[in-house]
Amino acid sequence: MRHRIALWLGVLIVGTAAVVAIFAPLLVPHDPFAQNLSQRFIPPAWMKGGSSEHLLGTDQLGRDYFARLILGTRISMMIGTTTIMMAGFIGTTLGVLGGYFGGKLDRVVMFIISCRLAIPLILVALTVVSLIGSSLTVVMLTLGLLLWERFAVVSRAATRQVCGLDYVAAAWAAGCSRLAIILREVLPNIAHHLVVIATIDMAIAILLEAALSFLGLGVPPPLPSWGLMIAEAKDYMFFKPWVIEIPGLALLVLVLGINLLGDGLRDALGAQTER
Amino acid sequence: MLRYLLRSLLLAVLVCLTVLVISFALARLGGNLAINLAGPDASPEAIAKIEHQLGLDRPLPIQFLDWANRAAHGDLGDSFLFHEKVSQLIAEHFPVTFILGILAIAIAIAVALPLGILAALHEGTAADMAIGMMALAGQAVPSFWLGLMLIVWFGVTLHWLPISGVETWTGYIMPAFVLAFVAIPAMLRLTRGGMVDAMRADYVRTARAKGLSRASIVLKHAFRNAAMPVVAVSAVQLGFILGGSVVVEVVFNIRGVGYLAWESIQKGDFPVVQAVVLLFAIIFVVLTTLADLLGAALDPRLRAT
Repeated sequence: MRHRIALWLGVLIVGTAAVVAIFAPLLVPHDPFAQNLSQRFIPPAWMKGGSSEHLLGTDQLGRDYFARLILGTRISMMIGTTTIMMAGFIGTTLGVLGGYFGGKLDRVVMFIISCRLAIPLILVALTVVSLIGSSLTVVMLTLGLLLWERFAVVSRAATRQVCGLDYVAAAWAAGCSRLAIILREVLPNIAHHLVVIATIDMAIAILLEAALSFLGLGVPPPLPSWGLMIAEAKDYMFFKPWVIEIPGLALLVLVLGINLLGDGLRDALGAQTER
Repeated sequence: MLRYLLRSLLLAVLVCLTVLVISFALARLGGNLAINLAGPDASPEAIAKIEHQLGLDRPLPIQFLDWANRAAHGDLGDSFLFHEKVSQLIAEHFPVTFILGILAIAIAIAVALPLGILAALHEGTAADMAIGMMALAGQAVPSFWLGLMLIVWFGVTLHWLPISGVETWTGYIMPAFVLAFVAIPAMLRLTRGGMVDAMRADYVRTARAKGLSRASIVLKHAFRNAAMPVVAVSAVQLGFILGGSVVVEVVFNIRGVGYLAWESIQKGDFPVVQAVVLLFAIIFVVLTTLADLLGAALDPRLRAT
């Protein structure tokens, strides 16, 4: 029962974030980029001095915080979804090939996974972004090309397990080609593991993008990435803690929602995937 | 066992060599280094002079072999920026990062083991669920944000701890805790899973049947079996913690290797970046290989794969 509640809470949070991300331009009450230096640091509506005009207040340049938070949802969700699509494709291809064919090919796949694991993720991502130049596309591509190892490890193990089962042998005996077996027998039967991994990687990608943007080598200003909002507001946090609390909490709630969704799906789908 | 040992070592060396090539290629990704260093207004002659000084006008394979050859002899070149030997710079900055990493993994073990065991012994109860939810929530906290919030609470509002630097030992408390936070959920889950399996195993039933005390069953029989994967994961997590130290070192203004790398990346000081990437990769490979061999030595079943 607890898992059902957790699962639905996750669905609610991620679903809301998806709707907000898709319709962000329609939902913003103000232009998220419009500066107004006479309206700097208006506190959120529930605090003293706040107004209903700016629900979550304004930042150091007088930009509406609520509007920026909404557009930030879109950035986080875009990062999350593109990363899992790219990483999912790369990782699953490697993992299924290694797991299905075994032997030398499998050793090569394992070696590539070992190399990827040895590379310090944040440092390499920072370096790549600093060399190519920071933009949303560069961050998405970098994370997608780096975060595939979990997909590879899990799909390899799951494929090996599935390959020993009778229906794969039956398909082989019935004269199916290797490609047909992989596409029609193996992939559908490891898909539930991949869904769980997708949620884990999505959460990690969103946190990583925030960290990169916070370090100044992620999404460039004036885009309202939540990590960048925290970095820009950092100098004022001692006097106005809400400027870092709001984007931080948004990040926490979204990632928690994705984790709840993943955890709930794992139990619902019966996937014994290690996190 | 010897065969397994040799194979693991060979694999470790190959991975390190591959990372060597990758870290070299990484710095060449952005096109012309010399233009970066000389600045946008530099004359073509000045750029050519810098290129020549740094050996960047030679063919890439020659540059690589030269760099790799020196790196193999412990000479990682000179920093463009600090005009100091890279190995010297890293030697100066590494101890702080290392202490931070060790403290963090110690905190992580101290928190994750008892909570994991507690959850396993009360499997399916409210306590188990609460611990599970804590792990899930902990995983969702962005570490740089947690660091900033701790600075605001404990550093500024309460005045308990210093807000930056590690001049006194109290400066290590918050950053080590933040680093530990990242490793705790995974270790907690692993401990719980291992203990749940162990408590259901035949040898625990036998121990119960012999009439041993609960404490003796939990600590002597179940925990010893569950601890093995936790040790292996601790080694891997220590590698991740060191690699991820850059964020925490920047937040707390600690001049460790991570901070050095961040500074160097921003200023285009690539000999330093290459060396730090390589250093963290080698540490990670050494840690995982050690964990692997330890596991194989203690559990013959692992040698088969």
